[in-house]
Amino acid sequence: MLVPSIPILSVERLSFCYGEQPILADLNFQVPTGSFTGIIGPNGSGKTTLLKCLNKTLTPTDGRVVFCDQDLRGIRVKTLARMMGVVPQQWAADFAFTVREVVMMGRFPYLHALSGEQAADWEIGRRAMEMTKTWELADRPITQLSGGERQRVLIAQALAQTPRLLLLDEPTSHLDVSQTLEICALMAELIRKQGLTIIAVFHDLNLAGRYCDNLLLLKAGRIYAQGSPEKVLTVENVEAVFGVKAVVRDEPNTGKPHIFFFMKNRLKSKTAF
Amino acid sequence: MVGLSLGLVVAAVVALCLGPVQLKVPLDPLQRKVLLDLRLPRVILAVMVGAALAVTGVLFQGLFRNPLADPYVLGTSSGAALGATIAVLSNASLHLGGLSARPLCAFAGAILATALVYGLGRMGNRSAPTIMLLAGIAVSAFFSALTSLLLYFRQEEMAKIVFWMMGGFSYARWAEVKMILPYLLVAFLLSRSFARQLNLLLLGEDKAHQLGLEVAVFQRRVVFTASILVAAAVSVSGSIGFIGMVAPHLVRLFIGPDHRYLIPASALAGGLLLLVADSLARTVLSPVELPVGVLTSLIGGPFFLYLLKKSRRALH
Repeated sequence: MLVPSIPILSVERLSFCYGEQPILADLNFQVPTGSFTGIIGPNGSGKTTLLKCLNKTLTPTDGRVVFCDQDLRGIRVKTLARMMGVVPQQWAADFAFTVREVVMMGRFPYLHALSGEQAADWEIGRRAMEMTKTWELADRPITQLSGGERQRVLIAQALAQTPRLLLLDEPTSHLDVSQTLEICALMAELIRKQGLTIIAVFHDLNLAGRYCDNLLLLKAGRIYAQGSPEKVLTVENVEAVFGVKAVVRDEPNTGKPHIFFFMKNRLKSKTAF
Repeated sequence: MVGLSLGLVVAAVVALCLGPVQLKVPLDPLQRKVLLDLRLPRVILAVMVGAALAVTGVLFQGLFRNPLADPYVLGTSSGAALGATIAVLSNASLHLGGLSARPLCAFAGAILATALVYGLGRMGNRSAPTIMLLAGIAVSAFFSALTSLLLYFRQEEMAKIVFWMMGGFSYARWAEVKMILPYLLVAFLLSRSFARQLNLLLLGEDKAHQLGLEVAVFQRRVVFTASILVAAAVSVSGSIGFIGMVAPHLVRLFIGPDHRYLIPASALAGGLLLLVADSLARTVLSPVELPVGVLTSLIGGPFFLYLLKKSRRALH
């Protein structure tokens, strides 16, 4: 059983370079079990690279990642797939698998070589699809789905892996306003009801601020700030990292900090923004 | 798939009856010899080679995620051609289990070429399929050049080699069947066991990795298995084009991309296609035999274009 006080993920001195080019430098942070951790930062700050280092797609050039009390390097790929689900940002759906087939691929790390899917596997797949509202699409080929529907299918596939940790790279980028809120609500519910831990890269600072309880603000491959949204999403941090002018107000209904952005060199005219 | 199996059996029976020598029940000794020693091994070999090529096509199309991949992308056929050329030119009198030097050396050459391409393509942790494709082009060109060079200096043997390279089953005997049967059986079983992983790989290398597949290891296994299949096929029948690329596409149109069904169905379809092609090749201008490879390309090309047109219309 996971003890909630032990961090599910612990990153020490993580660095990564593409050849000579440094992308991540000396990252140190911990992800509390059962938290909703958001990774935010400008484009090129290394968010996606960080996610790839966390799921062993990339090997760090220095430092280490400790996941569920084990060094990531020592965890076999198949074992890792049972513990960690990943939802990438983009995905080329070239082949006409049905939604059900794609979601059931999430059971691959559990299948034995000779036997196929068991009743329990189908049940897990079904629940994953119901949670993401893709059960209605089960027999449709993925090539016919919209970007938002495909995104939800990918989430369902990751949920079918019954992971303890879910990594998402900009999960709401292809979703419209209502779908975005639904997915974020789903993620919050997964944490509450299933005991999942979620790490998600967010483009939208306000979305991250509203739903996450832990934020990592990256700048140029380093952690600029980490902690609760109130601590991280300050005017000073936002202006320093994103190079814009910021004004913070409290959101109606939630009371969370909401950031308004303005260009730095404002013209004197009131119509400029 | 039941349809394919039935079709295959029917085609086989028909093929056995075709040929310059008329078979009438009850069979006299000459007819029996023709049936059992010439036609039956030839029919069986055609089916085996067709199946091998089709399955390799499926494997490569899945591995490279490229619908244009055919069994010869890794240089296997040029390696086989070089081996065969060396065997014929050196007049090697090698006899192993009823096989002459040519198929043996062709097999060796094929394996050598593929091993070379594979070794070149292995860079870093992931055996990048793109690099292997490029290495395949380079090795193919190099081996072809060597073959041409050898033939240039011994032009009297050119016709023999070129005819062999066009692909044909005129030399099909039980010895050839026995030679490639064990390789093909093992390779078929292995290929079928790759089905789920190949499905995963279609989602992309990164996604397959995230779902628990050791991508580099798996890619190595696929290349190994596919190489055995192609080497075995080419060593006994020369390079027969189109079956390996077209059969999987045809099957995919009806069955879809799931490799658990695609692999066995493609094997049947490939066997059927090649059997029909070979039967045509040896009866159309009877008693002269056309090289099968020429026939498959002649029919295959326009047929593939027709397939493309049909599937594009279906998409709209």
